Amino acid sequence: MLELRDVVTYYGPIPALKGISLTVDQGEIVCLLGGNASGKSTTMKTILGVVRPHRGSVSFEDDRIDGLPPQAIVRRGIALVPEARRLFGRMTVLENLAMGAYTRRGAAPNELEADRERVFALFPRLAERAQQVAGTLSGGEQQMLAIGRALMARPRLLLMDEPSMGLSPAFVDQVFDIIQTINRQGVTILVVEQNAVVALGIANRGYVLQNGRMVAADTAATLLAADHIRRAYLGEI
Amino acid sequence: MDIVSILPQQLVFGLALGTVYGLIAIGYTMVYGVLFMINFAHGEVFMIGAYIGWGVLSGLLAVGVGGLHPAWVLPIMLLPAMLACGLLGTGLERFAYRPLYARGATRLGPLISAVGASIFLQNAVMLSQGARMKVYMTNFLFPRGWRFEVFGVSVSVLLIVVAAVALLMMWGLHFLVQRTTLGRAIRAVAEDREMAAIMGVDVNRVVATTFFLGSALGGAAGVLIGLYYTQIDFFMGFSAGLKAFTAAVLGGIGNIKGAMLGGLLLGVIESLAVTFMDPAYKDVIAFLVLILVLTFRPEGLLGESLADWRRI
Repeated sequence: MLELRDVVTYYGPIPALKGISLTVDQGEIVCLLGGNASGKSTTMKTILGVVRPHRGSVSFEDDRIDGLPPQAIVRRGIALVPEARRLFGRMTVLENLAMGAYTRRGAAPNELEADRERVFALFPRLAERAQQVAGTLSGGEQQMLAIGRALMARPRLLLMDEPSMGLSPAFVDQVFDIIQTINRQGVTILVVEQNAVVALGIANRGYVLQNGRMVAADTAATLLAADHIRRAYLGEI
Repeated sequence: MDIVSILPQQLVFGLALGTVYGLIAIGYTMVYGVLFMINFAHGEVFMIGAYIGWGVLSGLLAVGVGGLHPAWVLPIMLLPAMLACGLLGTGLERFAYRPLYARGATRLGPLISAVGASIFLQNAVMLSQGARMKVYMTNFLFPRGWRFEVFGVSVSVLLIVVAAVALLMMWGLHFLVQRTTLGRAIRAVAEDREMAAIMGVDVNRVVATTFFLGSALGGAAGVLIGLYYTQIDFFMGFSAGLKAFTAAVLGGIGNIKGAMLGGLLLGVIESLAVTFMDPAYKDVIAFLVLILVLTFRPEGLLGESLADWRRI
């Protein structure tokens, strides 16, 4: 479904990705691990066209998408739950959800309504706060809204950048439950995480990035079992 | 006449004039909202709007439709002025600013380009229309004696029309920005450009549309001011632009409601001030307000701090 082949991305003169390859197949949950500044977020931005790769290719459903502007890429069915939420803080919950559905401006109102109800079914708290300004929500509620906003685009591929960051442990479990629920509803998921053990717990496969290079790629179970991976990248001693 | 008896009169005048300042100020504040730049050519867009309104009115009178009801003539003047100014604003963005910021210029680059565009437009109008002032034949539309009295305040119909048109346009813009998909996209770009793009918003198009809207309102303001003061020249955009910029800063630059509020306040401050001092100081008042706001409350009444130009 998604394939990155030998992607090199620079930030100015600094190479952030030094030739990474990665595939995500239809229906999978794939987890991208790595420490700070390993290139995880750059990978997301490269997929979305926010930064352009200098070399290599990005394909989605067999079409090259590298070089396209972000709005053209997301229109093809990719949505992002960004790092640190990045909601439109001055807009209400409903308006943020409407922004999520921006690519579907032609859709019938009742169809959008139904999708909104589906988001509210996943996150009943958001329904209670529908008219509240997003900037005033709690951290957990903001994360719910960020996920809901992305779902409003009806993505076939959902990119999630550090969905557990800044959340309480109990809520982290809840978020990962919801990721699985979304996946079961037919959405393929690529999730970037520092919280590797939890992420690999729900993923089919995982990749490990270090300094812009892919240093490991395997099934989630194998990665979880590999001692050197655990020690080096999963934060265990 | 004693001061107390003319105060209400001046207040009404200030409020009406303030709506027009607000209308121009919206152009500054919207562009700042999406691009973090001050479009210093906006005053010239306003001036060109005044010239177009003048051209249409003179043309209508020349072909002898002077007897048309003002309710018809006003839209016929406003629409071409707004359309042409909207397109002019979009053109400025496309050719004078985007080439700079698209290449990652600092915020100073487009600003200097705007000053250049402003000088260019002034001279273009001066060379094509002559340096002498043009006269709006407002009397054919709104006869001088057409006034009425409310609570002892004598108000001309023209003044009411000017304020009403300005308020109607602000209301229209407010509706567009708050209630439509386009408006939501504009707000999204203003808040987080990159996330807006990731939501599927074509940011360049939204920026161009923002320029169109702000400039169209500026053009309408030009027609209104032309009608009211009846004399226009190629240099009128300079002081009107600076005053509207002051209004935008006073209200909080980047904030549309702030621009409306700032315009009204500045109009009132100006007209009350001339009640107490020599009217020759009228323009000084506006810039005194600008200096005071920038010194003591750079974020304005409702908005973002201009002193905090992070990207320069």
